[in-house]
This record gives sequence, structure tokens and C-alpha cells, in this order.
Amino acid sequence: MQFMLLFSRQGKLRLQKWYVPLSDKEKKKITRELVQTVLARKPKMCSFLEWRDLKIVYKRYASLYFCCAIEDQDNELITLEIIHRYVELLDKYFGSVCELDIIFNFEKAYFILDEFLLGGEAQETSKKNVLKAIEQADLLQEVSTQSVTSEHLCKCIATPQ
Amino acid sequence: MTGTEVQLANQIGRSGLEAGHVGRKRWRELSARSVTSSVRVQRPTEKSRTRANMPAVSKGDGMRGLAVFISDIRNCKSKEAEIKRINKELANIRSKFKGDKALDGYSKKKYVCKLLFIFLLGHDIDFGHMEAVNLLSSNKYTEKQIGYLFISVLVNSNSELIRLINNAIKNDLSSRNPTFMCLALHCIANVGSREMAEAFAGEIPRILVAGDTMDSVKQSAALCLLRLYKTSPDLVLMGEWTSRVVHLLNDQHMGVVTAAISLITCLSQKNPDEFKTCVSLAVSRLSRIVSSASTDLQDYTYYFVPAPWLSCKLLRLLQCYPPPEDGAVKGRLVECLETILNKAQEPPKSKKVQHSNAKNAILFEAISLIIHYDSEPNLLVRACNQLGQFLQHRETNLRYLALESMCTLASSEFSHEAVKTHIETVINALKTERDVSVRQRAADLLYAMCDRSNAKQIVAEMLSYLETADYSIREEMVLKVAILAEKYAVDYSWYVDTILNLIRIAGDYVSEEVWYRVIQIVINRDDVQGYAAKTVFEALQAPACHENMVKVGGYILGEFGNLIAGDPRSSPLVQFNLLHSKFHLCSVPTRALLLSAYIKFINLFPETKSTIQEVLRSDSQIRNSDVELQQRAVEYLKLSSIASTDVLATVLEEMPPFPERESSILAKLKKKKGPGAVSVNELEEGKREGGELNGGGERGDNSAISTPSPSADLLGLRTGPPVTAAAPSAGSLLVDVFSEAGPFFILFILLFVCKNNGVLFENQLLQIGIKSEYRQNLGRMYLFYGNKTSVQFITFTTTVTLEPLIEGGAQVQQVINIECLTDFSDAPLLNIKFRYGGALQNLTLKLPVTINKFFQPTEMASHDFFQRWKQLSLPQQEAQKIFKANHAMDTEVLKAKLLGLGMALLENVDPNPENFVCAGVIQTKAQQVGSLLRLEPNAQAQMYRLTVRSSKDTVSKRLCELLAEQF
Repeated sequence: MQFMLLFSRQGKLRLQKWYVPLSDKEKKKITRELVQTVLARKPKMCSFLEWRDLKIVYKRYASLYFCCAIEDQDNELITLEIIHRYVELLDKYFGSVCELDIIFNFEKAYFILDEFLLGGEAQETSKKNVLKAIEQADLLQEVSTQSVTSEHLCKCIATPQ
Repeated sequence: MTGTEVQLANQIGRSGLEAGHVGRKRWRELSARSVTSSVRVQRPTEKSRTRANMPAVSKGDGMRGLAVFISDIRNCKSKEAEIKRINKELANIRSKFKGDKALDGYSKKKYVCKLLFIFLLGHDIDFGHMEAVNLLSSNKYTEKQIGYLFISVLVNSNSELIRLINNAIKNDLSSRNPTFMCLALHCIANVGSREMAEAFAGEIPRILVAGDTMDSVKQSAALCLLRLYKTSPDLVLMGEWTSRVVHLLNDQHMGVVTAAISLITCLSQKNPDEFKTCVSLAVSRLSRIVSSASTDLQDYTYYFVPAPWLSCKLLRLLQCYPPPEDGAVKGRLVECLETILNKAQEPPKSKKVQHSNAKNAILFEAISLIIHYDSEPNLLVRACNQLGQFLQHRETNLRYLALESMCTLASSEFSHEAVKTHIETVINALKTERDVSVRQRAADLLYAMCDRSNAKQIVAEMLSYLETADYSIREEMVLKVAILAEKYAVDYSWYVDTILNLIRIAGDYVSEEVWYRVIQIVINRDDVQGYAAKTVFEALQAPACHENMVKVGGYILGEFGNLIAGDPRSSPLVQFNLLHSKFHLCSVPTRALLLSAYIKFINLFPETKSTIQEVLRSDSQIRNSDVELQQRAVEYLKLSSIASTDVLATVLEEMPPFPERESSILAKLKKKKGPGAVSVNELEEGKREGGELNGGGERGDNSAISTPSPSADLLGLRTGPPVTAAAPSAGSLLVDVFSEAGPFFILFILLFVCKNNGVLFENQLLQIGIKSEYRQNLGRMYLFYGNKTSVQFITFTTTVTLEPLIEGGAQVQQVINIECLTDFSDAPLLNIKFRYGGALQNLTLKLPVTINKFFQPTEMASHDFFQRWKQLSLPQQEAQKIFKANHAMDTEVLKAKLLGLGMALLENVDPNPENFVCAGVIQTKAQQVGSLLRLEPNAQAQMYRLTVRSSKDTVSKRLCELLAEQF
């Protein structure tokens, strides 16, 4: 997968994840173009389209569009289910997720995505395992680690090699 | 109200009662069907927007300040208000970061998170990176996590920061704390920069295969390595780890296998031999999954489908290799594929679309593998039948994929016939599908399944579809129709009919290649020439016909009009009047082509001579403001009046057959279908064909062809077409009619920008050589005038009077001293007059003196260069040009040219070794002008970007102009 975009029916970008190096300008251009293309499509149309030399797989959930760009040899249907599994993960974590959850807790949405997909490929497809990792992290928040690590790092910053 | 709507309405109603979810819209897993009811779902959101609505409960640790800020932004009524609010926040954060009071971790996290939010809204962020890096070393997990997120999203190539980031990552990787290790690995995978590859590509494989690494860390490490391999394959060396990585396919943890297989697939594509042991491992893993009961794999079962992601990836990995040689492995694999095909026929275990999608994802991947092997006729035919069922499925997605997949199946000899049986369904899809992308697939499939047996039907269907087709796909459709018509033409009259229909229906989308091709074929096949003439004549009768039709008509009647002239309804004059009635509606190139057709008419039908001469003689032709039209009118008029019938017949003889070669249309389609499929040569060839066909539309084109093209012999030997009239180099009869004119050698000056010696000018009489040397603002130029004839030149004068006489075969020398007073852009002129055999010759040349001749090279270190570069930062001091490469992009040649320019070529200055930077000072009497230059070649795009900065704006501009022509 090359990138994933989440945007609203009004065309507002809610989440963007890029798995290929692109400049900010290019990212904005791609986003603008794709949001326009996808929003212009009618509900019954198929979820796949060719765009430049990529395949776009998208699906709408209520007011949000989830849109992935995959390469020629990638599987469209399984990508559709990648989107669905991500929605399930968000839903489970937030408890009946809605667009506002993603707006106000955007960082969590990114963390969940990173546990599920990494470098554009599925890292862990088990819903239970992904949520376990996220919940463990949530529990960890106030637990401090050995101070040795941070001291060591401070030294590094003070004396650049 | 449908069932789904009721359910949704209930859900919304209930949500109104739940604490913390007031007025929130839910979007729990809506199937495609329920999306239609979204208008109803939308309403609560509209209402809720007026309140400052934040989720009352935030998971994890709430950052109240952040939530307030986000909700402020959401309440902004206009873009301006939003920007104002953001600027206020940025100022606040900046002051907090700069303040004397040390910020606690929580505040730092909160502000960094706000900055991140602002960036994700699409605004630029130019500070906060350091604070984010500081967070990486926090001992609080969430602070570290936000720090990493910020770095992942806003990577900055600032080298100082990268080192700090890498240090933090290194610490976390060696912390032995799996959550920290995962965070660090995620960061590397998200950024994936070369610097990170350099720092960690050696370490990560060790983490991946170490026995004591936690499963979750292994998963992250595998994909992290994949990302680094994709950006810097040279730095990721598996070496000794190869076999242990392959054996991750046997790992007990399904998550580890899922992550590792993406890495293995990518590595196998690049090094198939080293990884080939993965084939048997993949087959046995696949076999275990396929034969497992739907509950065996617990959480890896997705809607009753066991491990769909892993299955797809296993099948994908196998597509990197040929069929397994080991009989047992192969047998097991075929069994798997059969099981997958069988399962497609079983009743679904769930009505949910997720179940069928996951199941079919595996099925399509299995079919891809079957097509890839292309060796099991039985499986291929079964695959084809399965896809045939999908062609009529109610799910649009499945119809789309079935059409796409069948396209590849059509090219296999085993399944081609089976694919053909679905022709009616596919034609129906082309006519009735409501989604243009599905129709496009149907058109692709029709193209792929076409052969001699069904070509007429398919071409007819595509033609009729073209009348209503979407504009976006018309051009490609036209190309495909044209190719099929040519490829499967049994009788060429059908072909001619088809192409003319194509022009009639979709003339605007018929590219040059298509109509060139029909002319080539008509010229090469004499059995179709009469029919073609008759058909175009009829087509031109239409009151409004497309310009492309006029082009084809003009050309074909000009060549073969005589074949239908016997019929009084298409007598020569009728033909001419028909063509000429279209003349005034056409563009210049078409008119030029028609003029050539007229002169051919004079040869074919002497009785039309006076009528046509009348037309050529009219002011609108002979005084046409377009130089090409005027020249043709003048030349053809002259030719028709002075040349004898024999000469005319030779000059205007019928076009000789074209050499057989690949259809230029096919080349064009390949180009459209994907870069790399066709070489540039083929396309250029297509263009050249164009040049010869349309009667040499542009003079420049003809003279620009320096290497003999495959068609050159055609022009030279038979001297037939009037094309040659336009080419000054052809030296044929026509050229002699007119005096040689043209100051085309003015351009020669550009040859001397990067060199000092050479031939400045040459014609049949005279050669002028040049040698020059420059020091500071002074120069000396030696001009050598060579008489190439055996006759004397008399009263030979240049602007400076020289020897009054140059003997035949002799050479004289002139020395010019030059001083550069100030910078300049126009070169000095040299006027030469002499008498040769009684005729006065007059010649004006530009002396190749350009501003760069007065360069003094300046060596400087990288540091100095960038400092000076920054000093010259006024916009007018910089001149930049982006241009296409005119020559091969050879580094050595480029270096030589840049050295010839006179500047110092600086090594190891630009961080990108492909780029060139130069420095020099231009010495003039009035002042010294320091100049810096940067040339960035882009080999892939065959483009250059040239940037020149100098202390004087006119100098930057002039240097840029001069140099842009050199590469």
C-alpha cells in the first residue's frame, strides 16, 4: 500500500498515512485530486478505480471515506477488508466510533493504525492482539522506566559526536 | 423504511441517551446498502456542530487543552477565523517554548500535539522539532509516543536533528523493553530515510531473528526492514540471516508469519535464487490454512475465513517463482488451488459482505497464481468458469475484478477459447454497466479476447459503443479499434471502412498515428486503393466532415483519385471541387496537405491544371500570411508552369510503399498503458512517419533529421513526393528552382558557448574557422576564411577591410582583438562581402563572443559556496530554467562542457553527487561579476534544472539562456 487517506463527505482530511516518500506539495496535490475524484462517484459504483499507475480502493462508512492506494499487483478485495478491519479496531477501541472521535483523538487513530499496518503492509491482523497492544500502552502511560536510559540520552544530546 | 434504516434510526435514538455520546453520529460497520440512508444519519451532526462538542470521555490520558483547541477550530465560522485562531495558538506555543520556565513533560507533549494537529490541518510548521526530539527521551510512555508520532509525520532533513533522533531510537532499540522497541521500529518504518537505513539496517535483521525477541517486536522489525529495503536496497543485506528469515514462514505465531511474508516476498522478487527455499515452506503453510476448519485459527479467522491476509500473501509469494519442480510440493499446491476453487462453489457461511470479500480475495489471488503458472489447462478452464459466474454477479466489485482478471486469462492459449464463450456477457456489460470504470474493464477484455473469428463483431460493438462512450476513455478506445481492425483485417476494404467510421464517429479522438496508418496501409496494398478512393470520396460528400477525414481524403485522392475518375460523378474536377470546398474550414497543416494534393492532381489530371493554377495564383494562397502555405503555393505554381510533363511525372510520382514495421498505433497504446513498455525510438519513428506522410508539414522537422531514418531512402531514391520541395538539403530539382535563402546559421553561435575553436560557418563556397583565447576582460580571435571553390573571390571585405582577394583553395587569416567593457548579451556582428564569379555575396554572421568567455574560474570549498549562494538571494539575481535534455546525459561530456564554459567545476559541494556546481568571476572593464551555477540532471525524466546566481541580474539571465541550449 502506498498511502491511506480518511476524509469526510465535505472533503475534510481526517487522517493521512504515507508509506512512500513524497514532498508535502505532492501529498497535498494527490489528496486534493483523490478527494475530488472519490467524492464525485455515485454510491452504487464499484469500490476500485485506476488512478495514475495505482489502484484506488475506497469505502464509505457513514460520513467518512476510507481510501487506500495500492500497487498494480496488490489485491483489491483484501485491501477492502484491511479498511474494514481498521474500522472495527477503531470501533472497538472508542466504543461505537464516530468521526468526532477521530478528530479529537487523532493521535490514537494513528497509534492504532501503526499497530495494524506498518510500512504499508499488515503487521497484525488479529483484532485481539492489536487492541491488547494499544491497551497495554494506555496502561503504561504513568509507569516510568529506568532512568538510566534517559540519562544516557541526555549525555548524547549534550555532546554531539 | 427499510430494515437497515430502522436499525440506524434506533441506534441514533439510543445514542442520544448515552452519556458522552450526545448527538454523535455512529457509523458502525455500514454495508454498501445502508450508505444510501446516510441523509438521515447526517442530521444529528448538523445540529451538533453548533455546540462546542467534545467527547466527554477521552480514552487514555486526556489533554484538555488540546481538546479545547480542536473544538475552537471546529467552531470557526470562516477560513480567516481559523487562521487567526491558529496564529494565536502558534504564538502562544512559541512563547512557551522560548520562555525561561522549563516546561514539564505534559505541557511539552500537549504543545507538540497541538503543533501536529495544526500541521495535519494543512498549515506549515517550522518549529517544535527540538521539543519533539526531547520527548523521545522522556520516561513517560505517552510523551515518548507523541514525540515519535510528531517525528514520523514531520520528518526534517536537518542533519543535527536526525542524529539526535537516531540516538533516541538506538537507546529504545537497546532498552529490551518491547513497547519501546516497537515504538522505535515504527518510527523507522514511518520515516524510512536513508540516514536511518545507514544507522539501523545492520541492527534490525539481528533483532528479527534473535531467539529471545518478543513476537510483537519481530513483526515490527520485519516490516521496518521491508520499508528500509524499499528505500535503500543497497544498505539492507540479509546475507547470513537469509535462511533464518525464510524460516519465519514456519513460526508458530500467525502474526509473525503475516508480517515476515511481506518482507520475504519483496526480497524474493529481487533475489529469487537466494530465497527459493521459501516455496516449499509457503506451500505447506498454505495447505495447512486451506484445510483448517473455520475456527481452528481463532482470532486469525475473519468472518469464517481462515487467515485471509496470510493466504493471499502466500499465494502472492508463490507468484514470484515458476511452478515447484518437486512433484510432491506441486501436487500439494494443486490440491490447495483446487480446494480454493471448490470452496467458491460452497454455500456461504455468512451473509456478510466481509465473508464473501475475504473468501473471494483468496480466490482471485489463487486465479492469479494459476494464470501465472499457465501450465494447468484444467485449472485455467475452471478459473475461467468461475470468473464467468462473477461476470453476472450482483456485486459491482466482483464484476469489475472478474473482467480485469479474465483479461489476463484471455492471453493464455489454454483458456483463450473458454474466455471467448463469454463474449455476449461482456458486450452486454459494455452497454449496460453504470460505472465507467467497469465499462472500461469490459472494453479491455473485449480487446484481449479478440481474434480473427470474432473481430468483426467486437469491432462493430466497440464502434457503436464509441458513440456514447465517456470522453475519458474515447482516445484509448479509438486506438484499440484501429489496432484490432488492422490486425484482424482479412479484406482491407473492411479495414478502410472501419477507420473512416472511426473518424466519422470520434474524429476528435483519432490521433495522427491512426490516420497515418490507414494511409500507409492503403499505399502498401494496391488491391484496396480504388475502394479507398471511392469510400473517402463518398465520406467527403457529408456537409460537415471531420478535419481528419479531409486529411485522409486529400491524401488518398491525391494519390489514387485517378482510379475513380472514370465515373462522371467523380470526375477530376468534381473531386477537386469537393476537396477545395473544405479547404477554407481547415487548419494550416491540413491546407498544406491539400495544396500538395492539388499539385498531384495536376500530374494525374492535366485537364485540371488551369483551374488549380488559378487557385494557387489567388492572393489568398500566393500571399498567404502563413509562410508554409505561401511557399507551397509559390513553389507548386512555379513547378506546374516551368517543369515539363516528364519532369512533373517523375517528381509527383505515386508514393512508394512504406517499409513494413510495427504499427505506430500499437506503440502509442503501449505508451498509454505504461512507461517502459515501449522505447522512445519507436515513438520517434512514428513521428517521422508522420513527417513523410503529410507532405512535410514543417520545414524544421525535415531538416532536423540528421541521422538517416528508415524512410530516408524513400525520400532520396525515388524523389517522388513534393515533400522534398520543402527540404533544403535534398538538393533535388525543386530546390534549384529557387535561390537558397535563409539566415539559419545564426544559431551556430550557440555551438561556441562551451568551446573556443571550431568551424563558425560553411557553405558550398566558403568556410570560416575560428580560434580564440581569452584572458580576464581581453580576448583575441583568429578568423580563417577558406575558399572551397576553384575560383577566386574578389573584393573580399569584412567589417574590417581585409585582403582584397582570396585565391581559389586558399585560406587567409584575420585577427580581432576584443575587450569586454561591461556585460552584454548581443554578440558583435561580422559582415562579409565578396564577389564570386561576378555575383556579389553578402553574409552577416554573429561572432561567437559570449559573456562567459570572460570567466575567471574560482575554486572554493563547500562551505564558502553555500555562503555565497545564500548571499545572492535576491529574486532578480537568480535565473532558473528547466529544460529537456537535447543530448545523451553523459557525466563526462557534461563535465567537459561545464569546464569549457570557463567556470571552476567544484567537486564534493552538492550533497547530491549527480549534480554539478560551478563558480567563476566574469571580468569586464567596468566591474567584476561573481557567478555561481548549479545544474541538476534528472536522468529518469531526461530533464535538467539549471540555476544561475550572480551579482548582476542581466548576467544571470544571459548565462541561463546560453547554457540552456547546451545540454
